[in-house]
Amino acid sequence: MTDLTIRVNGRPLRVPTGLTVAAALAMADVPAFRRSVHGQPRSALCGMGICAECRVTIDGLAHQRSCVVLCREAMEVVTDD
Amino acid sequence: MSTRASDIRCEIAIVGGGIVGAACAAEFAAEGCRVVVLERGIAAGEATSAGMGHLVVLDDSPAQLALTVYARRLWHALLPQLPADAEVDVCGTLWVAESDEEMALVERKRDVLAGGGVAAEVLAVDELRRAEPQLRAGLAGGLRVPDDAVIYPPTVTRLLLARAADAGAQLRTRVAVRHVEGDGRVHLADGSRVQADLVLNAAGTGAPALSPAAPIRPRKGHLVITDRYPGWVHHQLIELGYLRSTQAAAGESVAFNIQPRRTGQLLIGSSRQFDAETSDVEMRVVAKMVQRAREYLPGVEALSALRIWTGFRAATPDKLPLIGPSPEQPRVWLAAGHEGLGITTCLATARLLRDRWRGHASEIDAAPYLPQRFTAAGGSLA
Amino acid sequence: MTDPCASERDGDLVVLGGGPAGLAAAATAAEDGLRVLLLDSTPWLGGPIWRPGPGATPPRVAQRWLARADSAGVTIWPQATAFAACPPDVLHVERGRDVCRVRWKQMILAVGAHELFLPFPGWTLPNVMGAGGLQLLVKSGWPVRGRRVVVAGTGPLLLAVAAYLVRQGAHVSDILEQASWSALAQFASRLAWLAPSKLWQAATLQTRLLRTRYRPGCWPVAAHGADRLDAVTFTDGTRRWTRDCDVLACAFGLVPQLRWPGLLHCRLTPRGVWVDDYQRTSCDRVWAAGEITGLGGVDLALVEGQIAGHAAAGNNLAAARWFARRARLQRFAAQLDRCFQLRTELRFLPTPETVVCRCEDVTWRAIEACSDVRAAKLYTRCGMGSCQGRICQTALQFLQNWSADHVRPPAAPVRVGSLAGADQEHADAERTELP
Repeated sequence: MTDLTIRVNGRPLRVPTGLTVAAALAMADVPAFRRSVHGQPRSALCGMGICAECRVTIDGLAHQRSCVVLCREAMEVVTDD
Repeated sequence: MSTRASDIRCEIAIVGGGIVGAACAAEFAAEGCRVVVLERGIAAGEATSAGMGHLVVLDDSPAQLALTVYARRLWHALLPQLPADAEVDVCGTLWVAESDEEMALVERKRDVLAGGGVAAEVLAVDELRRAEPQLRAGLAGGLRVPDDAVIYPPTVTRLLLARAADAGAQLRTRVAVRHVEGDGRVHLADGSRVQADLVLNAAGTGAPALSPAAPIRPRKGHLVITDRYPGWVHHQLIELGYLRSTQAAAGESVAFNIQPRRTGQLLIGSSRQFDAETSDVEMRVVAKMVQRAREYLPGVEALSALRIWTGFRAATPDKLPLIGPSPEQPRVWLAAGHEGLGITTCLATARLLRDRWRGHASEIDAAPYLPQRFTAAGGSLA
Repeated sequence: MTDPCASERDGDLVVLGGGPAGLAAAATAAEDGLRVLLLDSTPWLGGPIWRPGPGATPPRVAQRWLARADSAGVTIWPQATAFAACPPDVLHVERGRDVCRVRWKQMILAVGAHELFLPFPGWTLPNVMGAGGLQLLVKSGWPVRGRRVVVAGTGPLLLAVAAYLVRQGAHVSDILEQASWSALAQFASRLAWLAPSKLWQAATLQTRLLRTRYRPGCWPVAAHGADRLDAVTFTDGTRRWTRDCDVLACAFGLVPQLRWPGLLHCRLTPRGVWVDDYQRTSCDRVWAAGEITGLGGVDLALVEGQIAGHAAAGNNLAAARWFARRARLQRFAAQLDRCFQLRTELRFLPTPETVVCRCEDVTWRAIEACSDVRAAKLYTRCGMGSCQGRICQTALQFLQNWSADHVRPPAAPVRVGSLAGADQEHADAERTELP
């Protein structure tokens, strides 16, 4: 497997290809992917793009379900924390 | 007819637990009247929850201007008392002009509003861009009406009903009204009856089923709601040609009308269709509506759409509601036919009816809204 | 105005969902001579069940079906989200930044199931996850090596997930099975003549070897932690234990994904979409197969998919050859259902402060005061957020016995721009034929 580099909250992260963004964030030990409307920390729940708890901003687009998006070279991922 | 044990007696029976019925219930109950509200589903379950919740001054006619200005004044007295879940946002309305011809209309609109005592500010093209950076380049300018506001109608309806209940009103949900007699007897689908001194028909598109001469036609609308994008736009944005779309007497029309919710979500409208057969979402209409929105806000394309729904406005032939005695039923008054302005004008509707009931003079002339305008000689029946 | 994204496709049969049922249906119908388009909203084919781990290949059975679909000429679109239907024959599909209208003559719904998530105090903390969800995440690279995991819920999935996690290097300390010993014993005694697979025995054996505590009649009551999970408290109905852990994986069962059947107004039963012997739904020219017709696992999904595929192609004779096998698998599924029925105590896990609608942070107190799911929606915003009630409405079906609200398009969130491409007048200009 080849590696690629994404940026998570501005910091570079090397990940193998075929990884989802959610998995990459877990590898980077990001505890909360997003804050709920009342500020609670949240992270992945369903793993299949249903629950929307793993939403992050990818390349400037908010509300992307990180568990069903594969990492791409130079992808910019921003979480709420 | 004999009275039965299951019969209820009251002064005011209100048919319809939408925001208009709720406002009337609160108003009459506060006056000390014994009020019963009869709702066939749940409170705010129909047009009230399907609409945008825009409190807006409109100037399609002098009577519409007078009613919406009066209504907005009543709202501004209530807004500070509303809880957080009413999602109050005094974001103002920004009417957007596409061309220089429309800019000329902007100036005129400003003067008309000023005549009604409404503050409004003409924005030149660069001011427009500063106010709303997401608007595309090449627009001509706009008119900002800063005191227009946005609410979440279902929770406000519940609050009005709770106030009515605190003042002694009775709310009965999931009771369908089968028939209303001119003498104030209301027959319910469960076989029971309500005997009222006065029946307020606030049943929206359902009003003609109880008052057959009420010239109301359902006018279907679509709305799209997005995920949360706080601060993406700051005002309710409407194309200046919006009133043209509301005026189209037949067929279907769409207009650019987008609303930032307190939640950060965006409501994208609007469409108008007479004679729609079902409440199903029609993607053909949604596409036209969204294309129109995209012409003003190109970036809207990338936002995430969560849900699309439809609703039916209660439209009258002259765009004015029916507020006052039903010409055909002596003890029935109408509080219906508000089309897209039920949220804005519900408090004013309730106040006009209360004044009439008490025999007081109203703050504005109630004559333009009287249902008899359609039956009097020369009236344009639907 | 023209929309550069818009284009149009024609096909005989459109299959929604590329899991076992969808793949089997697509391959079978294509072998019977139909032109088939298969849509799946994820980047992976084979559904959650056949998702390979990182660097691994799909299981052999998955490869066989993929090869069959391929050689039969099925056109496959991964990452294609069908989001709306226009009667009588148009489907709107989002593919990345493009949007397509697909014209269909027949449709097979095979959109599968998702996990049922039940609310309890602390369930919203990071690292409290679905057990199936965790397994999927691990397959996509989520690290669990060295993590302390508690697996809770019900059914054979608990053991399968626990075994999988252990193989991936996790320490699974406890498996909490809410079903009682007696229910399990009953199930085991019937396995002898029903078992279609050896999953149960294999998994039990494995967990025994791995010294994981298997605890029937136990369920979680609270998850603890500040910014992420630290510990879980569980009970057997009398006593309570608190166990430090990094991950709590919950499996309270599956629920059919009924958004598409809802949009098409298909008749439903308490188990899922109603179908006749030939997997035909109550909607004209629409068939359904797999978990959405009632949960039954991968073997049943494959059989139903083949029946639906044959039937859609008009090959009822071939379809009928699978009826006996389907009946046998359905009996097994019903057996599972009975054994692993959720206990009433689980309805009382949320406290008034527990968030039930995770998207909008609506508490149990607010929801409980409502009369039905629609009232909860209107007055509390429950189910109005990003997931559109997929999580909370299914939980409320269990907690309150509330039926779900009407489904509105889009079937899944799509770009606003995709909605703009949904008008038909323009489409006719750019029709392209399926290969």
